[in-house]
Amino acid sequence: MGEETLIPRVLAAEPSAKVRDDAGGPSVEVAPDRLFGLMQCLRDRPDLAFDMLMAHTAVDWLEQGRFELVYILYSTVHGHGLTVCASVPRDKPVAPTLSGLWPIAHWQEREVFDLMGVLYDGHPDLRRVFLEDDWQGYPLRKDYQDSDMLELPQ
Amino acid sequence: MSVQITTLEELTSPSRAASSSLSIQEYFLNMGPQHPIAHGSLRLLLVLDGEIVREVIPVPGFVHRGIEKMCEHLTCRQIVHLTDRMDYLSALSNNWCLSRTVERAAGIETNERIETVRTIVAELQRVQSHALWWGVLGMDLGALTPFLYAFRDREIISTAFEETIGARLTMNYIQPGGLMFDIHPGFVARVKEVLAHMRPILDEYDALLSGNVILQERLRNVGVLPAEKALAMGCTGPVLRGSGVALDLRKAEPYGVYEKAAFDVVVGTVGDCVRMEEMRQSLGIVEQLIDSIPAGPHMTVKPAAKIKLPAGMHYGQIETPRGILGTLIVSDGKSDKPWRVHFRTPNYNNLWAVTAIAPGCKIADIIAIQASLDLVIPDIDR
Repeated sequence: MGEETLIPRVLAAEPSAKVRDDAGGPSVEVAPDRLFGLMQCLRDRPDLAFDMLMAHTAVDWLEQGRFELVYILYSTVHGHGLTVCASVPRDKPVAPTLSGLWPIAHWQEREVFDLMGVLYDGHPDLRRVFLEDDWQGYPLRKDYQDSDMLELPQ
Repeated sequence: MSVQITTLEELTSPSRAASSSLSIQEYFLNMGPQHPIAHGSLRLLLVLDGEIVREVIPVPGFVHRGIEKMCEHLTCRQIVHLTDRMDYLSALSNNWCLSRTVERAAGIETNERIETVRTIVAELQRVQSHALWWGVLGMDLGALTPFLYAFRDREIISTAFEETIGARLTMNYIQPGGLMFDIHPGFVARVKEVLAHMRPILDEYDALLSGNVILQERLRNVGVLPAEKALAMGCTGPVLRGSGVALDLRKAEPYGVYEKAAFDVVVGTVGDCVRMEEMRQSLGIVEQLIDSIPAGPHMTVKPAAKIKLPAGMHYGQIETPRGILGTLIVSDGKSDKPWRVHFRTPNYNNLWAVTAIAPGCKIADIIAIQASLDLVIPDIDR
C-alpha cells in the first residue's frame, strides 16, 4: 500500500494524529495519551495489519525539553511500513507500554529505559537490560556525564 | 501511574523460590556468560525444575560498547567503521545498511557497478556466515568435525575478500557513495573458484550433518516456534522464515541488484532450518551476477566530500544473514554528525524468542535452541 492510501486510513483511525513529512516515509505524530489506542488500531484493523513492531527507540531533544519516542511498524501482510512518533516531557518521561500489543516491545522498551530513562506505565518487568541495576544515569541522554568520558580533540 | 522498576536481584530472590509449591523445587542455574555455546558473552539465567527449564531470563550487556552514543560524535563516513563491530559475521551487510540509509537521505546516486559488487560480496558473506552457523551447530551438539570443515571453506571466501578488501573479518568496504576500493583484478576468478568449490561442498554438508540420525533426534521437535509467535516476538531472517513467514527484504523491498537475479525465498513450517538451502540460493545469485559486473567508477562522490543529512529522521533496512538490520539516523540539519543513531539489530530482537520457546524443554535443548537462533552477541549488546 502506498503512502497516499495508508496515511488517510491512519488518520481515520486517529483524527488527532499529525502527518510528518521529514521521516523519509509514511509517518504520523500523536499525543502520548492517544498512542496506545492508535497502536491497537494499527495492529488490529485488517486493512492496516501492522503485525511487527520493527524497532522502538527514543531521541533526546534537550533544548526542547522532550523525548521523542519513535516506533517503526511493518506489516508482513501488506508489505507497508509506518513510523509513529510521540513526545513526552523530559522532566516526566512516562509513556504507555505496548508490550501487551507486541511482546517484543517488552524488551525494546527495556532498552530505551536502560539507555534513555523513559518510564513505561504498566510494564511488567521494567529492568535495565545492558547496564547494571545500580548504574547511575542514562547514557544516551545528551546531558549524561561520566568521569570516564573524554572530550574529543577539536 | 504504575511504573515500577525491578532489578535482577529481586527477580532471583529467595522469597520467589519459597513461593513455589511443595511438589516443585525451583532453582536457578547460570548458563554463561562464559559458556562455550554463548559464542561471546551472554548470560542465560535458567529457572529449573529438575532438568526441565521453567523459565529463561537472558541477561545481555557484557559486550555493550555504547556504539550508538559513539556514533553521535562521528561523521556518517566514520560510523561505517563501527558497524562491522556489531554483527562481525555480516560486516558487509552492516556497512551496506548504513551506507544505503545515508545515500537515500543525502540523495547520493550510485551506479550499477557499485550495486552489483555490493550484492556479490554481501551474498558471499551470507554463505560464509551460514557455513559458520552450520559448523558451530555441529560443535555445540558434540560433533567437532563440521566446525573444522566450515572453517576450511570459510577460508576460501576469506581469501577472496582479503585480496579485495584487505581484511578478513571486520571488513569496512561499503561506504556512503560507493566502495572503499575497486575490486581486485583477480576477484572474478577468485569468486568462480569459490563457486566451484562450494557447490559440491554443500552436498557434503548435508551428507555429514543433516542426514545424521543423532543430530536429527537432538533437533526434532525442539525449539518449535509458530509463525504468529515469531512475528509478535519481532524475529526476522532465517528464524522467521523457518517458521513459515516468507519475509525477505531482498524480495519485499528489493535493493542492490537483487531484482536482476532469480532466487527463491526459503521457508519452513515450525521453526525449521532454512539456512542450508539459503546458501545454495546465495551461490546462485553470485553465479548470475559475477560475469556481468558493469564497468564504471567505484565511487560516485569524492572521498573527502562532507556528507550533511537534511533535518529529520532517516530509516533504512536490509536483510543481513541473521535478519533485518535497520538504521535510524536522526539529523538536526546543522552539522555533519548525526544527532542520534539507532540500530535495530536482528540479534537483539531474535534473542528474546528463547524466552518463549524454551520453557518446558531440557537443559540440553537450550544449547540446540541457541545454536539454531544463530546469535552473534556483540550485535545484541552494541
